[in-house]
Amino acid sequence: MSQYNFGFLDEFAKKEIRRCTIKAVAIPGYQVPYSSREMPMGRGFGTGGLQLTLSLIGENDTLKVIDQGSDDSVNAINLRDFIEMTCPGINTTTSTDKADIIQSRHRIPEKELKEEQLIVLQVPYPDPLVIVEPSEEKRKQMHGEGDYSRLLVKLYEDLIKYKEITISHRYPTRINDGYVIDPSPIPRWDVPKMHQSKALILLGAGREKKIYAVPPYTDAKPLAFDDVPFRVEDFCDKRGKRRACSKCGSVSSFLDEFVDSTNGKTVYQCSDSDYCAEYCAAQSKQPFEESIDG
Amino acid sequence: MTHHIEPIDSPCVLRVQGYAKQFVLHEQSKIIPSSQHVELSVYQGQLTALIGPTGSGKSSVLKGIYRTYLPSDGRVLYRSKNGYEIDLAKADEHHILQLRNDEISFVTQFLHVLPRKPSEFLVAQPLIKRGTSMSEAIDKARDMLARLNLPEHLWCLSPTNFSGGEKQRVNLARSLVAKPRLLLLDEPTSSLDPTTTNVVVKELKKLKDYGVAMLAIFHDPALVEEMAEHIVELQIPQSIEQLQEKTQA
Amino acid sequence: MDKVLEVKNLSKVYGKGCADCFGLTGPQADTNICPSCGSVVAAHDVSFDLYKGEILGIMGESGSGKSTSVKCLFFDEEPTSGSAVFYDDGKQYNLFTLNAAQQRQLSSRRFGMVYQNPYLGLNFDISAGGNIAERLLMSSISHFGAIRERASSLLQRAEVPTARIDALPKTFSGGMQQRVQIAKALSTYPPLLFLDEVTTGLDLSVQAAILDLIMEIQQEIETAMIVVTHDLGVIRLLAGRTLVMKYGRVIESGLTDQVLEDPQHAYTQRLVASAL
Repeated sequence: MSQYNFGFLDEFAKKEIRRCTIKAVAIPGYQVPYSSREMPMGRGFGTGGLQLTLSLIGENDTLKVIDQGSDDSVNAINLRDFIEMTCPGINTTTSTDKADIIQSRHRIPEKELKEEQLIVLQVPYPDPLVIVEPSEEKRKQMHGEGDYSRLLVKLYEDLIKYKEITISHRYPTRINDGYVIDPSPIPRWDVPKMHQSKALILLGAGREKKIYAVPPYTDAKPLAFDDVPFRVEDFCDKRGKRRACSKCGSVSSFLDEFVDSTNGKTVYQCSDSDYCAEYCAAQSKQPFEESIDG
Repeated sequence: MTHHIEPIDSPCVLRVQGYAKQFVLHEQSKIIPSSQHVELSVYQGQLTALIGPTGSGKSSVLKGIYRTYLPSDGRVLYRSKNGYEIDLAKADEHHILQLRNDEISFVTQFLHVLPRKPSEFLVAQPLIKRGTSMSEAIDKARDMLARLNLPEHLWCLSPTNFSGGEKQRVNLARSLVAKPRLLLLDEPTSSLDPTTTNVVVKELKKLKDYGVAMLAIFHDPALVEEMAEHIVELQIPQSIEQLQEKTQA
Repeated sequence: MDKVLEVKNLSKVYGKGCADCFGLTGPQADTNICPSCGSVVAAHDVSFDLYKGEILGIMGESGSGKSTSVKCLFFDEEPTSGSAVFYDDGKQYNLFTLNAAQQRQLSSRRFGMVYQNPYLGLNFDISAGGNIAERLLMSSISHFGAIRERASSLLQRAEVPTARIDALPKTFSGGMQQRVQIAKALSTYPPLLFLDEVTTGLDLSVQAAILDLIMEIQQEIETAMIVVTHDLGVIRLLAGRTLVMKYGRVIESGLTDQVLEDPQHAYTQRLVASAL
């Protein structure tokens, strides 16, 4: 790999991405276009997040890469390996606490991030307006004028059809009372974590060539009606009891749902593997293997 | 040609001077004269009757005053409620619309109204437009329809399918209820039976007492006799050819 | 009387245009296509005033420029030249010098438009109520219950059964779609409403009911309206004043009863004479 520059990208490319990142931080929620580089992996595999990470990481930085909350999924491992390979001298970790930079797909860690940390989210579709307006030119106008009425109409239509807002991921969120962003495919559960976050949140869309940011201590408010407030997933069973993680027993984390292929029962488990392990350790017990309930 | 039956002691509301109307038909390359050299005055609380043979342009004069026709010549001087005098032949359209709304009313032989609307509402409409409350306007409308002997079960129906006489009563009621400053009447009783005609005559006299100035065409000479303080007789206008002959002679 | 709109010398040319465009087109030339450069002079030198609560009719055949003029005023088209001043709440807006954002602000809040084709005025993928909600949400109303209530009362006012508030417009009859459009256009109580051939293609009884609704609204909220139609009956019932257009020019204007009973221009005389 010696023929490659540190961080795979050449210094000009990094510089451009950093400039766009600064602009994104300066205009919270604004989608800054950038010249997304070809990466040695298909677009849609997190190249937007990867380019952000590669342009920001330095020797001695500690990196954590997660995919759907897990450090051990194929995607997370491949990305981490690639960054380790092209950035000699960096450290990697699975611990949220120890990481300087967290690159993530689909989740924000359960544990509150700190001021000195930064999280990079991989984004497939950066523009929340794409579901209501196919023309990018018109979408830009709508962003410019703060006209998000059609997104609110979408919420209205959800409410009349299903009596609740059905958007589960990519919940449109207004940053600093200005631009509305698509906060990448994080679940509703993670949206409040962006509000007044101590850590800088950067979002990168490789295929769509956009970078945007939620700067630290910035308002991030999910779109909602005055009388129909935003709410997160409640993870309650039919009797209204909060489900617990079948591994660690936590009742305060985002749960993934599996079907146990041996007995066909539904199993709930923490999506954030680091959180789950730490929760187990804190209670100094082994992760229990029994499923709790279906 | 104006016969004054009573001495004029009343303020003049309308003065028509040298009025003429001719229609220029482009398609047929023809000019059709309709009225010529019309002079008349209408006074507060009095009625001026227009008489003359068919084709002498009686209706044309009323329409010219109301600006349904654009006068070809002459002046139509109207003194408004606020005391200013205005030439209706040349007045701005918005001004005419405002006067039609507030001061000048025209009972034609035809009723052009919105479909589906109950008669009582149509009669109340001029009052509502001037700011009378709906309930008060409807009360007054019903009262007038009752006085004009329109059967009560028709009040809530649209006049679109009424008989000629019924339509005419709705039309009259609209203008009578509004108590305009100047009322133009084009054969207002032509489709009415003698009893109803008498009622209408009574109502028109009441309006006169109230101070309304009227310019009317009656098909019945007896009505002219009974109602008019002033009579203006119109002549059949000369054709363009006749006029040309005259100028050549 | 309060002036709402003052249009002066409005022109719209489709094509590159040339110095001869205006001289070689119009009723005299019997065409609106410039023989030198092939541009279409859709409207030229259109001027008029509109007052509060007034209904102005614009009458003419297809291609006369009546819809083009209205589309320019609603910012659906950009005029080639001319000016239009909108008077609102003590403020004046020079419509064609506003930037695009200001124009959209006005058209979404202070103007209403009802198109002949409901597909242009309504979003067919969202419910009738949602269509009204969209316009309300543009005006920064963000209370779901309030929006719902307002949408419901507007539909009721437009005589759309409120039970159908959540139905998609494509399940409605043509007349009902126009009613939803009218309810949507009126949702912000605009002082200026444009109606482009709103009753064309509807059954006579449905037409009458729509006209009725328009008149009632005009009386209730004193909206000034511009009614574009080729239907003399509609003009007679609705409009106090009327402009007659041909080949992009206003060839005649006047009180509606005068235009219909004593038309001055040869074309208007022919038009009135051929009316059913």
